[in-house]
Amino acid sequence: MSLAGFFQHLVNALSLGGIYALIAIGYTMVYGILRLINFAHGDVFTYGIYFAFYAVVLFLMPWWVAFVFSIFATAFLGAFIERIAYRPLRNAPRISALITAIGVSFFLENFAIVAFGGRAKSFNPQTGIYPTSFLNMINIGGVRIPVLTFITIGIVIAALVLLIWIVYRTKIGMAMRAISKDIPTTKLMGVNADRVVSFTFMLGSGLAAIGGILWAMKYPQVYPYTGMIPGLKAFIAAVVGGIGSIQGAMVGGFILGISEIMIVAFVPSLAGYRDAFAYAILLFVLLVKPTGILGVEVSEKV
Amino acid sequence: MNTQTMLKIEDLHVHYGSIHALKGISIEVETGQIVTLIGANGAGKTTTLQAITNLVRKSGGKVLFNGTDITHMATHHIINNGIALVPEGRRIFPNLTVHENLMMGAYARKDVEGIKKDLDWVLTLFPRLRERLKQLGGTLSGGEQQMLAVARGLMTRPKLLMLDEPSLGLAPLLVREVFQIIQKIREEGVTILLIEQNALAALKIADYGYVLETGRIVMQDTGQNLLKSDDVRKAYLGVAIT
Repeated sequence: MSLAGFFQHLVNALSLGGIYALIAIGYTMVYGILRLINFAHGDVFTYGIYFAFYAVVLFLMPWWVAFVFSIFATAFLGAFIERIAYRPLRNAPRISALITAIGVSFFLENFAIVAFGGRAKSFNPQTGIYPTSFLNMINIGGVRIPVLTFITIGIVIAALVLLIWIVYRTKIGMAMRAISKDIPTTKLMGVNADRVVSFTFMLGSGLAAIGGILWAMKYPQVYPYTGMIPGLKAFIAAVVGGIGSIQGAMVGGFILGISEIMIVAFVPSLAGYRDAFAYAILLFVLLVKPTGILGVEVSEKV
Repeated sequence: MNTQTMLKIEDLHVHYGSIHALKGISIEVETGQIVTLIGANGAGKTTTLQAITNLVRKSGGKVLFNGTDITHMATHHIINNGIALVPEGRRIFPNLTVHENLMMGAYARKDVEGIKKDLDWVLTLFPRLRERLKQLGGTLSGGEQQMLAVARGLMTRPKLLMLDEPSLGLAPLLVREVFQIIQKIREEGVTILLIEQNALAALKIADYGYVLETGRIVMQDTGQNLLKSDDVRKAYLGVAIT
């Protein structure tokens, strides 16, 4: 493989891995605080794409306004799900919350079929959903790479930096870190724990919306099950990186994205098994380091 | 000086499933005093504090704080009304720095100047914390963690500071230091409700004390009188009565 060819695969891998990372963070933050695997997260991702789609097609917003609108709408959807589906079960056995999460996932998928229709909607620039110039090719050393790939990488990096800043440099981020270790003691600091949990869901869902829009620009369509495979892979990324760890989710996302692209690039005959690599990596990590790459032993809460 | 009741607990009941952990206890804490609640393991001391702050559900009774009914108030509202609980086992945030731990205590406060002043005050009370501000809470020694827990509680600027076994697991020298600091805090005008297994040390500094046995108050008197009481001496101070 030529160096230029390798570079092409590398930027592809980074953009895909970055999207996995954005989604994985939502899983890992919720798990870090509530010890709940939010199975509806992949569907929240799908709704992010739908919100952006309808904002442009139905409400005729300029594409960038629509994207920002979608991020906030999805953030509120995430917080709303937590409020009505998970909060009432805060003191219930954890298995009840888990089953509820699966229920919410089914509900969102089927509601999307009813509300938006089961047929895929086209998410391509001809419909005005984003500028056609995003698909212009940049020529780098003989390989042509679409501008969109670089935009994706740029937005992912900006979102990750913003997230790290929120978690480590703001007051609400401090409360998120505190609450992930000890909910009752955080309440004893006069913190409204429910509000911190809501904020966490908003943050995770907003990132999922960003990931969703980037995903839909890359694979230009949306249907009610769009989020299933990327949601599952992002969940695997979160586990591979060490669930509960934000940095772990980032590392896991990039590992998954890079290996998926590179294995297909180097051994094209394996292209049909693309989705299986994620599981192979998962099995390997679980065997070698069950807590994930950056994970630490999580003591059960009493 | 006319004393005034700050905290009034009436007929408090708590059930854990079928276990009746608190069987109707009544406690009063006067403003400016140190009141202690002593008793053996499992008597219900920690449960009492958790019930006051609504970390466990009360099955009956009433809690008044400066005349306000806080029986069913959410935990964070109770704290922001002026009650702080320094929980058993310190429960500092190991993944936050010492400075962040202290700022968690001031989380709901908006008075930037007051926070600065209080931070300075607690760092004067516990000078060792000042050297460790940038360190993660989890890297502190047991004694330092206890000091951080108390300092963090003070950062909420409480009118009433409730301490759950502050001497637990500390070396004798440190225990003495902790009790000296408790008295210092009271001198600053903070009322204190102290829970202790170390009955001797607690009663020595307490104005008033309650003895809790399997969910019931079995005795109450001034600290001095309880120290002299034969029953207390036998049961809690390990003194042979001849």
